[in-house]
Amino acid sequence: MIVINGTPHEIAITDPRRSLLDHLRTDAGLHGPKKGCDQGGCGACTVLLDGRRVLACLTLAAQADGRTVTTVEGVGRDGDLDPLQEAFINHDGFQCGYCTPGQVCSAIGMADEVARGVPSRVSPEIGAASFDLSPDEIRERMSGNLCRCGAYNGIVAAIEETYVGGPR
Amino acid sequence: MKPFTYQRADDVASAVAAAATTPGAVYLGGGTNLVDLMRQNIERPAALVDISRLPARIEIGTDGRLRIPAAATNTDVAADPVVRRDFRIIAEAIVNGASGQIRNMATVGGNLMQRTRCLYFYDAGAHCNKREPGSGCDAVDGHNRMHAVLGASPHCMATHPSDLAVALAALDARVHLAGPAGQRTVELRDLHRLPGDTPHVEHTLEPGELITTVSVPAPPAEARSAYRKVRERASYAFALVSVAALLEVRDGTVVSARLALGGVAAKPWRAASAEAVLTGAPATRASFERAADVALADARPLTHNGFKIPLMRRVIVSTLEELS
Repeated sequence: MIVINGTPHEIAITDPRRSLLDHLRTDAGLHGPKKGCDQGGCGACTVLLDGRRVLACLTLAAQADGRTVTTVEGVGRDGDLDPLQEAFINHDGFQCGYCTPGQVCSAIGMADEVARGVPSRVSPEIGAASFDLSPDEIRERMSGNLCRCGAYNGIVAAIEETYVGGPR
Repeated sequence: MKPFTYQRADDVASAVAAAATTPGAVYLGGGTNLVDLMRQNIERPAALVDISRLPARIEIGTDGRLRIPAAATNTDVAADPVVRRDFRIIAEAIVNGASGQIRNMATVGGNLMQRTRCLYFYDAGAHCNKREPGSGCDAVDGHNRMHAVLGASPHCMATHPSDLAVALAALDARVHLAGPAGQRTVELRDLHRLPGDTPHVEHTLEPGELITTVSVPAPPAEARSAYRKVRERASYAFALVSVAALLEVRDGTVVSARLALGGVAAKPWRAASAEAVLTGAPATRASFERAADVALADARPLTHNGFKIPLMRRVIVSTLEELS
């Protein structure tokens, strides 16, 4: 049993080869998580597993048994978007939109990591008790999500506005 | 992907028992490398024993050693307050590798056991002695700019991709194992093997053995440390070269030094000869240059990776200068 976006799903995983990504898209009918590279390189399949951002393409569905998964469908809905999603729209944080569900889920997980005191490569002091979400920190911490349209400036601005309070 | 069976273990004993009684079984940690290789049909295990949910509490043991369970995720290790305060190059090495998502998935045990990123190893149409013993090595005359300059053989010049392992090598970490024959401990520097004429044999684990814990002694209190990595883009790339260094200087003299090199060999490369040169020497650029020359005395370039030798030399010198 996997709790997906708050709803328990009893879907038999008859083939252990099933990735969590294929399970979500094919078995659960959730097409938000995208299959970009299917080899852990692009981040388009990013979902939250027990609140932490992971790559659904390299997670076996069987490994998610008994855990909770949040996809972009669980973040917001038409007419009731998450503030982060509104910010992506306001800052043109996408063009084609294919990477966007992964970007959104990744940013949510990233903000939680900052709140929990997870350092990054660009953190001024790795032993610090807390970390500020500077644009450099956002770029470094989001480096696992590629955008082939190159909407990075808008993505960084949207994340900064949402979690820091307005781009400079 | 070849079909396989899947079972999850809740403790070390049941994991080892499951692997011992299931033909063709392989341990599964975060899957960030293994699942990818299985999808490429490069790894073809008949069974997976999932050990990603084994206990993962990081703690200081009664002997004062840091104890990191093998199932701990890279993120949890890098975020641990004791690690960041007293073993900071472990955290530095981890945040210099992979991406946020991968660090959330990847385990410490899996990080040590990950396979090389040599493109010919990944390309089923290429010759690779590591993938298919005896088939040859296309890296010899191919695109080998990412490859080894130390400890390579004509049969294989692949590098070990881990950042964490380089920091652990510098810190004199030990790897604790459990297997069908019981428990034992190996020094991290003895975990990985150089290719020789058997590049498919990458480590010293016995069949069915599982890494349970990595333990690390407290570094010298006065030592300063750094992990420095050079790569082709700012983030989310494997090392061209990397250096993990600890340096203890008193009154202008090096009291102790530890130096481990990454991106240059099939294993984290502990530069013991350079450490010997440094110990007792004045903490000057001249000493650091001499140590770097000694560390790289046996370095041999391939057709496209000769740049790694002067690059590594400069990174060693600048890292030691920064710490002195």
